[in-house]
Amino acid sequence: MNYRVISCEKTKDKIIEALKDLCVIYPSDIYEKMLRAKDEEKGRAVKAMEMLIENARIAEEENIPICQDTGMVIVYLHLGHGMSFDGDINKTINEAVAYSYDRYYLRKSVVDDPLFDRTNTKDNTPCIIYTDFVDSDHLEIEIMAKGFGSENMSAVKMLKPAEGIDGVKDFVIDTVKKAGPNACPPMIVGVGIGGTFEYAAYMAKHSLMKGMDEYHSDERYRKLEEDLLEEINKLDIGPLGLKGKNTCFKVNIESYPTHIAGLPVAVNICCHACRHIKVEVYED
Amino acid sequence: MKINLPEDVERLSELKAGDYVEISGFMYTARDAAHKRIKKLIEDKKELPFDLKNNGIYYVGPTPSGERVYGSAGPTTSSRMDVYTPELLDMGLKFMVGKGRRSKDVKEAIIRNKAVYFVAAGGAGALLGSCVKEVEDIAFEDLLSESVKKITVKDFPVFVGIDCDGNDIYER
Repeated sequence: MNYRVISCEKTKDKIIEALKDLCVIYPSDIYEKMLRAKDEEKGRAVKAMEMLIENARIAEEENIPICQDTGMVIVYLHLGHGMSFDGDINKTINEAVAYSYDRYYLRKSVVDDPLFDRTNTKDNTPCIIYTDFVDSDHLEIEIMAKGFGSENMSAVKMLKPAEGIDGVKDFVIDTVKKAGPNACPPMIVGVGIGGTFEYAAYMAKHSLMKGMDEYHSDERYRKLEEDLLEEINKLDIGPLGLKGKNTCFKVNIESYPTHIAGLPVAVNICCHACRHIKVEVYED
Repeated sequence: MKINLPEDVERLSELKAGDYVEISGFMYTARDAAHKRIKKLIEDKKELPFDLKNNGIYYVGPTPSGERVYGSAGPTTSSRMDVYTPELLDMGLKFMVGKGRRSKDVKEAIIRNKAVYFVAAGGAGALLGSCVKEVEDIAFEDLLSESVKKITVKDFPVFVGIDCDGNDIYER
């Protein structure tokens, strides 16, 4: 076992650097999907895609966020076995987020108490931090700035095992239908299958980190990803909900073993501004 | 087509769901927290921060403007304001700009008051924010991005979401 110590200061700098463009420039693979969608559409949906493409141009040229909802920040820390930090990593991450949201003129969208006070924390913290250990010689950090227009249209359901593939499909399609124009289509749909109630939701969200050319490693799930994409795009919700072929750019599934009695399924929807980035930090 | 609002407010009845429109003129910004406060002011029979009559509300919470006139400023999901909207329409509100579906109650209030619900491009904050030419503070500064502003816009691109007869762009 190698005992590695990662610098909090260095990690903080890496996160600040990653957040600089995260809300301003689309991931290039999503931008390519947008260009293609414009060519595939007719009528109002063409106008919708033209506006989104023009928006991307203005955002990049003028260095302002694509969308005003610059999200709540979710951070996945994947540590190598035997790895630790030289300080309080949770505090470090929140400091990096607070600094970046101020420095880069991003919107502060977090309220302290969810029910009673709902007072803005004024620095977009706290963020959501997940930590796990993997076989790795470095720290990998995945960062997502998740907007809530689409988050609000997400859902979890505990299916009966007998409901099977059709049950999963029906739930995913039904959730997308209900989301419709509210979730700012064209969307990315994250699906978590298996695990437990909350782990299905964790997987659904984490699957949104995938690139447009990454698929489930199991052929059966990959086919389900493709089938779901096809069925969603038949719903005729279309760009911005104005009808058309491009309701969804991609369906990502993550799966995990589950209990003999259960089939948890979660659907986490992300708008076209699916902002995610990965950074690596090595021991000095 | 182009329309000046609220100047040409009587022309709202000419618009049909699905029409592409560019708005010039002004509107007020208000979203969740501002609506809650406006509702409270109405209940307490206090003066509202702006006159609803013949005016419009844009459901938006922009990013900080920095050196610019206004930040990134696309629409937020309108349905969260549905519980407040019929009362505001009955008090004279004439148009709203947001995104997504509205409730049956809102639709009925739109028809009753000959109002219009516009939808802007969700996620096109940079484009829409650049159509804002002037900004004036109106109320609730402590709500930060949720505060009420009067924004002057030029060629602000929208679609007619629900026209004054209740036709809905998402149902056509």
